[in-house]
Amino acid sequence: MSIEIRNIQKRFGEFTALDNVSLTVESGELLALLGPSGCGKTTLLRIIAGLETPDAGQVLFAGKDATHTHVSERQVGFVFQHYALFRHMTVFDNVAFGLTVRPRSVRPGREEVRERVMRLLKLVQLDWLADAYPAQLSGGQRQRIALARSLAVEPKVLLLDEPFGALDAKVRKDLRRWLRSLHNDMHITSVFVTHDQEEALEVSDRVVVMDHGHIEQVGTPDEIYDRPATPFVTQFLGDVNLFHGRVDQGHFTLGDFAQPLAEAPAAGGQAVAFVRPHDLEISRAAEGALAHGVVEHIHAVGPIVRVEVAAESSGKPLEAVLTRERYRELALMLGDRVYVRPTRVSVFPAGDAQDYVI
Amino acid sequence: MNLISKRHSVLPGFGLAFGVSLFWLGLIVLLPFAALVYTAGGMSWADFVGTVTAERVVASIRLSFGAAAAASVINAVFGFLLAWVLVRYPFPGRRFVDALVDLPFALPTAVAGIALTTLYAPNGWIGRFLEPLGLKVAFTPLGIVVALVFIGLPFVVRTVQPVLEDMEQELEEAATCLGAGRWQIFRRVLFPAVLPALITGATMAFARATGEFGSVIFIAGNIPLVSEIAPLIIISKLDQYDQAGATAVAVVMLAISFLFLFAINALQWWAARRHGAGR
Repeated sequence: MSIEIRNIQKRFGEFTALDNVSLTVESGELLALLGPSGCGKTTLLRIIAGLETPDAGQVLFAGKDATHTHVSERQVGFVFQHYALFRHMTVFDNVAFGLTVRPRSVRPGREEVRERVMRLLKLVQLDWLADAYPAQLSGGQRQRIALARSLAVEPKVLLLDEPFGALDAKVRKDLRRWLRSLHNDMHITSVFVTHDQEEALEVSDRVVVMDHGHIEQVGTPDEIYDRPATPFVTQFLGDVNLFHGRVDQGHFTLGDFAQPLAEAPAAGGQAVAFVRPHDLEISRAAEGALAHGVVEHIHAVGPIVRVEVAAESSGKPLEAVLTRERYRELALMLGDRVYVRPTRVSVFPAGDAQDYVI
Repeated sequence: MNLISKRHSVLPGFGLAFGVSLFWLGLIVLLPFAALVYTAGGMSWADFVGTVTAERVVASIRLSFGAAAAASVINAVFGFLLAWVLVRYPFPGRRFVDALVDLPFALPTAVAGIALTTLYAPNGWIGRFLEPLGLKVAFTPLGIVVALVFIGLPFVVRTVQPVLEDMEQELEEAATCLGAGRWQIFRRVLFPAVLPALITGATMAFARATGEFGSVIFIAGNIPLVSEIAPLIIISKLDQYDQAGATAVAVVMLAISFLFLFAINALQWWAARRHGAGR
């Protein structure tokens, strides 16, 4: 079932949580709402679920207006960050809850409930815990049970609010892969909220990047990562180095450095170039260099080597990531004078860019 | 004992603290009980049975526990409601109402007794309207229940309130998403979560009510076989220098109280195990 969000507006007192947001979720896709805390992503998710009512705008389920449909009739599965399992019920009763609260006329029989719950517990690979209580489970197990519980009512839409937020790194990774494969099998329209860009890029079909109550960019993970539409998206998706320069005749220039731009900002003038650490090459030759400086720090643990260079022009540290081979080839030492050259830049007019702080 | 002494703790002095607290508990709680049983042991079995099965004594014990039970059930219902309202609805003067709940704790019980008697006496503020309806409150078992409800209320409110406050909104939201209606959410999600606290609160109210004296004697009227409570029997026996008789009644009360508490503790333990807290 597709979801359409039209011009949603939501304020909490003086705070604008959502400012005229429109979005379409295609049927069967797994969509991530990504953004820093307070960007409105959770509010949007809760409005889709019906847990929050928008001040203005519409929510359409499969083309039909559902703005005023009550939560309990929307047929959405909602998974909470902190699981929200019913502590006084066994795992089995938790999963069965949605079936047993149905009106008598449409409530499945005892045997059918049993069969469906066990099937779901097998799906989340926890059928051996049917008689346990939530307090006896680990975080990852609880979240899988919460997911099974929300799937028990055969929802048309699955909504997940930071589903892995409360779990530790390892479990998180396993669980999001597992969610991806589960979605591949079930193809239920799903929206999940996260502030972790890695999670969003790895799991989802499409990513919606949000900030301050509006949508910055919508696209596939590749598009978002390779062609960020705004400075905010560029900065939010990972570490970047900032260079303040100019755009002139389709080139980004900074001192002697000039790089032709494929999609140059229309007007010339002040501009900011973003370069990711792995797009920054270190060399001992001055040719084609964007900046130069002194190696200040080398972090050589794992397959890649992080090098921090104090730029002579601005005094700001630049971060570059090298392969181990390249690092050995250069034989870098602390205090060496080196040049950096970008292999790839994203350029935005200076007015749009501001230092983003998480 | 070995197991306890070998445990290491950040704070030193476990042995000393443990010893002192055991001694204190023994001195303050267990010693009076022992004295009670010892004194009663001075009677012959026939005397003991004769004393505690006397018509007036049986009636008073039945009244004490019956009224206490009725009051704690009433308190469980309305105390829960009050705690619910205090936690869930922001209304002007909520802090005032919240403070008001503690009044029965703070008020000397005799003052409460006199106040209630003035209210419910046949010519009192409320009593004069109930009288024509044929409803007598003061000087009847009903009056005793009213007094016990009054003194027991804070116990229920104060135990249920924090549990309701800690309950995540998400539980209700999760239940709503799963299609549950309001009543189903209350009955299947909220109430079971609050039940252990409610039982605890009602038990404390009950325990307090069985021994309550000050607030009850004024409104009870102390009519033998009708509105005479067990603590009063004990006192009147003491007044007649019948110390053994008084102790005999006390021992029976103690035994019944103990049985009640034991049963309720067992219930609590069972509930806690169901929540997986025993792990």
